[in-house]
Amino acid sequence: MQQLNWTALSIFVLLFGFVAWLGFAAGRWRKGDLDQLHEWGLGGRRFGTVITWFLVGGDLYTAYTFIAVPALAFGAGALAFFAVPYTIVIYPILFLVFPRIWRVAHKHNYITAADFVRGRFGNRWLALAVAVTGIIATMPYIALQVVGLQVMIGALGVQGQGLMAVIPLLVSFAILAAFDYSSGLRAPAAIAIVKDLLIYLTAFAAVIVVPIELGGYAKIFAAVAPEKLILAVPGPNTIGAYGSYATLALGSALALFIYPHSMTAILSASSGHAIRRNATILPLYSLMLGFLALIGFMALAAGVDKMPEYAQGFKTYGTNFAVPALLLHSFPSWFVGVTFAGIGIGALVPAAIMSIASANLYTRNIHREFIRPDCTPKQEAQMAKWMSLVVKAGALAFILLVPTQYAIQLQLLGGIWIIQTAPAVLLGAFTRWFNDWALLVGWAVGTALGTWMAVSVNFASVYPLSIGGYGLPGYSALYTVILNLALATALTPIFRRVSAQQPVDETARADYVV
Amino acid sequence: MNSSAREGWSWWYLLFVVEAVAVLWPPFYNRVEPTWQGIPFFYWYQLLWVVISAGLTAIVYFAVEDTGR
Repeated sequence: MQQLNWTALSIFVLLFGFVAWLGFAAGRWRKGDLDQLHEWGLGGRRFGTVITWFLVGGDLYTAYTFIAVPALAFGAGALAFFAVPYTIVIYPILFLVFPRIWRVAHKHNYITAADFVRGRFGNRWLALAVAVTGIIATMPYIALQVVGLQVMIGALGVQGQGLMAVIPLLVSFAILAAFDYSSGLRAPAAIAIVKDLLIYLTAFAAVIVVPIELGGYAKIFAAVAPEKLILAVPGPNTIGAYGSYATLALGSALALFIYPHSMTAILSASSGHAIRRNATILPLYSLMLGFLALIGFMALAAGVDKMPEYAQGFKTYGTNFAVPALLLHSFPSWFVGVTFAGIGIGALVPAAIMSIASANLYTRNIHREFIRPDCTPKQEAQMAKWMSLVVKAGALAFILLVPTQYAIQLQLLGGIWIIQTAPAVLLGAFTRWFNDWALLVGWAVGTALGTWMAVSVNFASVYPLSIGGYGLPGYSALYTVILNLALATALTPIFRRVSAQQPVDETARADYVV
Repeated sequence: MNSSAREGWSWWYLLFVVEAVAVLWPPFYNRVEPTWQGIPFFYWYQLLWVVISAGLTAIVYFAVEDTGR
């Protein structure tokens, strides 16, 4: 049985306390009228290059990522490294598309992707589809941040029965909810700085210290089973593991920035130029993620899963315990506290941004659009603040009441769902050619087929597609969004002929120029 | 100043294509040898590309941001 690690716990609590104070204090940072939705929910669009770097980095590279990617390497080997090409390919997308979206959003006071789609295509139902997809895809993502926090608290040796077991989690989330409510996006922006510095410290310490302890990288990789060291070479008539690897990377990359939390963090930048600069400096996080993936192999080489003191952890959390176990095994207690706090706070930052983003979507694109069109800006901001609490409570209840496996499966489905909004959002930044109803049909078919694909292979992300006897196993999100786009393209001329009247595009060409 | 030039296509964007092909085509790098510091080629190649792609993006940034002024 694992003992309570007092030194690590004290440092963990101390850093959490500091961050909580910072979250409340952040409300007065670059002061704005928090009764306006764009002030509460986008930090007044005032974050320069450096703050945006911390905020987007803290937002996209989540605690769950830091636990799950090494866990996948630990279990499945080379396949987990798709996270690296994935986080390389996202930056050209960020560079090319998002300065344009930032510009048009700034001009028309758009807060969400659905706001943009509403203005661009003039169809409230298409905007509703984008908003609902965003909210539903984000909820399980928040829930997984709770899982990340749970693993770290558990690894500190904090255990209990019944209600006692969940109190640390409830307290962390209550604090998070409170500073989110009072400070809005400024809170995670301030906290992200602390979190990122701690995570960098963790990653580079692990990459340098652990290999020395284990006798070099050659020994670490020798511990990996040969068939997992690189991808399996495909047999005849199939693209095999190569297909899975590349489509997972590309599909995840296309989906990433249209997630509501990414959109929120990007739109809070102070200019399109700040976003472009970030496309060149954010890859430092990808480098760190790549090194962190190697921690999975280090855990294999150290053999932490066979050590009796960690048996309970592996039993409770599965391979997700590989990272905390390795850190506990390799570092003195005080430093374990620092690293665990980094990952734990790493759960709070994205959870905060995700709940703000969902709240923005609900308020702007459902509440104001369909329920209370006449609400004042102050009522709008107040509604969003309440919604951010509801969303967090929902995610927490989900994790405490249903098996974690469901959250993981839903998050997988979330990736398939969110990518279906790519034609309207990403291509919408460049062209108004598509018919709004054609986009909606493409979205509906892509969503339905993608869901069916994932369910039919028991929630694996890779679908064994086969055309004319040739195997094309790949990420179902990518395959279904291609179909979605093809449908929208084919239906656009037809729909345009049927209905003479096109809805008005309230944006002008010049609104997009960076 | 010249907004249409800044809005449209730039040949520099081809660098992004190079980068995407280099990392999305596993046959290029699905090998153990040559290792570097004991790290198989598969891993260090992709990590190296993180750095190269950041450099390419920086090149595109300076090229594109300058032409518009």
